[in-house]
Amino acid sequence: MAFIISSRSPITAGQTSPHKLGLNSTQRVMSLLILATLPGLLAQMVFFGWGSLVNVLWCVLIALGCEALALTLRRRPVRSCLSDCSAAVAGVLLGLALPPFAPWWLSLVAVAFAMIIGKHLYGGLGQNPFNPAMLGYVLVLISFPQEMTAWLPPLGLEGHNNSLGDALSAIFGQGVDAVSMATPLDVLKENSSLTINELWQANPIFEGMAGRGWLWVNLAYLAGGLFLLWRKVFTWHAPVGMLAAIAIMATLFWQGSGSDSHGSPMFHLLSGATMLGAFFIITDPVSGATSNHGRLIFGAGVGIVVYVIRAWGGYPDGVAFATLLMNMAAPTIDYYTQPRTYGHQRASKGLPKKD
Amino acid sequence: MSAQTNLIASSERKIWPLTGGVHPEENKHQSTTRPIGSVPLPETLVLSLSQHAGTPAEPVVAVGDKVLKGQLIARASGVISAPLHAPSSGVISAIEPRPIPHPSGFSEPCIVLTTDGAEQWCELTSVDDYHQLPPEELVAKVRAAGISGMGGAGFPTAIKLSSGLPIRTLIINGTECEPYITADDMLMREQAQAIIEGAEILQYMLGADECLIGIEDNKPEAIMAMQTALSQSASADKMEIVVFPTIYPSGGEKQLIQILTGQEVPSGKLPADLGMVVQNVGTAVAVKEAVVDGKPLISRITTLTGAALQTPGNVAVLIGTPAHHLLQHAGLQESQLAALVFGGPMMGFSVERLDIPVTKTANCIIAATRSEFPEPPDAQACIRCGHCAQACPSSLLPQQLYWHAKAENYEQLLHHNLFDCIECGACAFVCPAAIPLVQYYRASKGAIRTLEAKQDKSERSKARYENRLARMAQESAEREAKRQANAERAARLKAAKTNEQSGVAEEDPVQAAIARAKARKAATAGQEKPARVELSAKQKELKIQLSIARAQAKKTEKALSAAQSSGDGGAVARLKSSLDMLHEQVAGLEREFEGSSSLAPIASQAEKPAKKGQPALSADEKKRKVELALANAAVKKLQRALESASEDDAPALKQQLADAGQKVADLKQAMENRL
Repeated sequence: MAFIISSRSPITAGQTSPHKLGLNSTQRVMSLLILATLPGLLAQMVFFGWGSLVNVLWCVLIALGCEALALTLRRRPVRSCLSDCSAAVAGVLLGLALPPFAPWWLSLVAVAFAMIIGKHLYGGLGQNPFNPAMLGYVLVLISFPQEMTAWLPPLGLEGHNNSLGDALSAIFGQGVDAVSMATPLDVLKENSSLTINELWQANPIFEGMAGRGWLWVNLAYLAGGLFLLWRKVFTWHAPVGMLAAIAIMATLFWQGSGSDSHGSPMFHLLSGATMLGAFFIITDPVSGATSNHGRLIFGAGVGIVVYVIRAWGGYPDGVAFATLLMNMAAPTIDYYTQPRTYGHQRASKGLPKKD
Repeated sequence: MSAQTNLIASSERKIWPLTGGVHPEENKHQSTTRPIGSVPLPETLVLSLSQHAGTPAEPVVAVGDKVLKGQLIARASGVISAPLHAPSSGVISAIEPRPIPHPSGFSEPCIVLTTDGAEQWCELTSVDDYHQLPPEELVAKVRAAGISGMGGAGFPTAIKLSSGLPIRTLIINGTECEPYITADDMLMREQAQAIIEGAEILQYMLGADECLIGIEDNKPEAIMAMQTALSQSASADKMEIVVFPTIYPSGGEKQLIQILTGQEVPSGKLPADLGMVVQNVGTAVAVKEAVVDGKPLISRITTLTGAALQTPGNVAVLIGTPAHHLLQHAGLQESQLAALVFGGPMMGFSVERLDIPVTKTANCIIAATRSEFPEPPDAQACIRCGHCAQACPSSLLPQQLYWHAKAENYEQLLHHNLFDCIECGACAFVCPAAIPLVQYYRASKGAIRTLEAKQDKSERSKARYENRLARMAQESAEREAKRQANAERAARLKAAKTNEQSGVAEEDPVQAAIARAKARKAATAGQEKPARVELSAKQKELKIQLSIARAQAKKTEKALSAAQSSGDGGAVARLKSSLDMLHEQVAGLEREFEGSSSLAPIASQAEKPAKKGQPALSADEKKRKVELALANAAVKKLQRALESASEDDAPALKQQLADAGQKVADLKQAMENRL
């Protein structure tokens, strides 16, 4: 009798429990993330033209190319690593974050830096201390401030451009005679003479609680984020921490509706990169804090720094800087935010004690 | 259906949610379509001596013995152990290592019983009314019946029942949260009354006020059967069936306590510290049979399932039945078989042989096809997504444990409470990167335990070494003191003599001693010392060999007792045989030594000239040597005196010490010059 399970049915020697895994996979997580950016992308295309889509596709292409290059140089399996979609996610996020008519070389610099320096130089997926997309973004923001602050007039304003041809030639060609325009956050920051009401009336870029178009873009990202929460891709802690911190800071330092106003809490929540940051940037698990409690603190830290930069700093928006600053704090946050283990009186904190 | 819903809703007790948890595909329906069946009596039964957690049982039968069904064949050795009984009548055909159900795939000592088909029972003592007996006596019956936890852990039940701590709550575990396994489900459906009866006996033994029977809500038939049986029993007011939502791993002892009572078993403590005891439903039936019918634990319900079986289901099997016997009975399609798993898919372990026997803890055997248990994909990089932390029932951070395990950072692992991990596999189940997390934790736990054992050992040997040094120092001090006392006494005598003879005032006693020693040495220098019996070279060698053999035997004895208490069956057998060998060797050497000692005088004569290589010391040299020793002693004495001297005495003593030191130096110089 064949006692030993024969070679006809190769038994998995040393197969260990659990013998059957769930259906979760990195690919699934990343694909859901990309899927959830679609409402935001769509809103950006509606209000700012085709540039965002061209950017996203171009950035994904560069990201995959750089990832493949880096993997080859590092002698890692290219196909299986590319299929985890993590490079595509970085490309999509950068494509969404860069100005719609950002020239091709700007995207190339940002994405290549993000992938090669920001990710693979640290050891690849899971090893990078900083959010790669934000590293790339900050690099081009401080290197090419002019190109980076040139946003387009939104839908409904003079100069709005929703021609695909223009987008392509603006990005890859000689450029078109596009009207560039400051973002609402920028306009509010520069304002020192008008009251909020006057500003809103004088400048057609403002509409309702936030900027024209920006309100819907932010709501679209919020919808995508809620979808991810529902699919349990991440927990609510980091986004809620960030949004709550921005709301609290904006309420505390609102300073009414005079000319020195920093803008209402709703304005801050629904303008700029707030929702994109809260649900798609700071939820990057690799570079963020790891426990629920830690993520709440991490998110709150980002929210505070974002507001500080917006209100008193040198840039109109600060999600990228705030994310990088808090990335540096994440390991320390992790040390102090272990959950309380079953059967223990209190949680372990700090570093292990030496006897 | 509505009746079931009502039953479930009728449980009004507050239940607490499980922390974390997952919902793996249940796959329980395959094995619940038919009632609990039976299998034909196998030709041979293989009974592992380590069926339970703790030290292996010791065989009380020999090869060739005829045994009756239910007869004791191996007794418990040590406190945490359980006896073993013959599951059927027959002849003991071997006692030898055989493969047992263990992830290591190792063989362990087993008793092999060839059945005779008569199924002839030994004499059983049944009890009509167990209330007439004191609880301790019932616990003794449970112990004697060889019952160990039947949910899978296999901890000897009697120990849980005699913790000595006051127990308020008995929890009967009918959760069975692992996918595929339905042994407890079917047991509850078919033998609810026996479970209730067993629970009553357990409650009586423990003196517990309440008894909670926890069942997941995915077993409506079992819940119904249990409700019915409970309502018909006398203790309906002291027992409660608590139904709670299905989630893995709610059936873990600690998790069930959390769900039913909201309390947590403190880390490193037992449920008994909270006044609780948890017993599996199968254990309750075994207890009932042991106490009421006097039957030892010789069979259990095992789920046979998996897509490689044509007729999956539950069977009552005799302990020791080889898996292939059962699987054939269930229609195994061997060409389909890709993995054979003992236990459930979440915590079970795969075995590589089909002849592994069923043990008391074998609640399930899964004969899986490749598509059922696909080979795990290659592990990808951890992105710290934290899904594992959300799933962990112990509120650990599996993603951090993983990083620290990879870095072999044991301090951090302990800081992150690695040893609170129950290895349920929920983290690995949800991991998007398919990292075998539980493996990392098991390996790290093993490494830490090994390290701690090593540290323990080195601590012990360090202490032993230090003790030895201290002992040696003390011995030499005592010798020194004795020598000095002798010298002083002699000096006093001599001085007294001199005083008598010449009336000279007493000198410094040390000087006197030296002087006297000189005189004595001078007197004896010429004389031959009485010849001691010298050992021949051969004898010396024998003596050394003998002492080495004795030391080895002693060491082996120690290791043996350690192995016996730790329950390492293989080591015990090995050590025993080597101990026998060593004893033999010792005896042989002793004989040889005695034989050679009768030849000693001749041999020593013959051998003596060989010693000439070392030049004998001249009388003068000997004298100096003695002087040096005495001077050294004087220095030491003065040093001691100085240590305890008052400040007034110190200068004088220091002067004396300096003088004595000088003398020692002079003497050494003189010796060296001579040599």
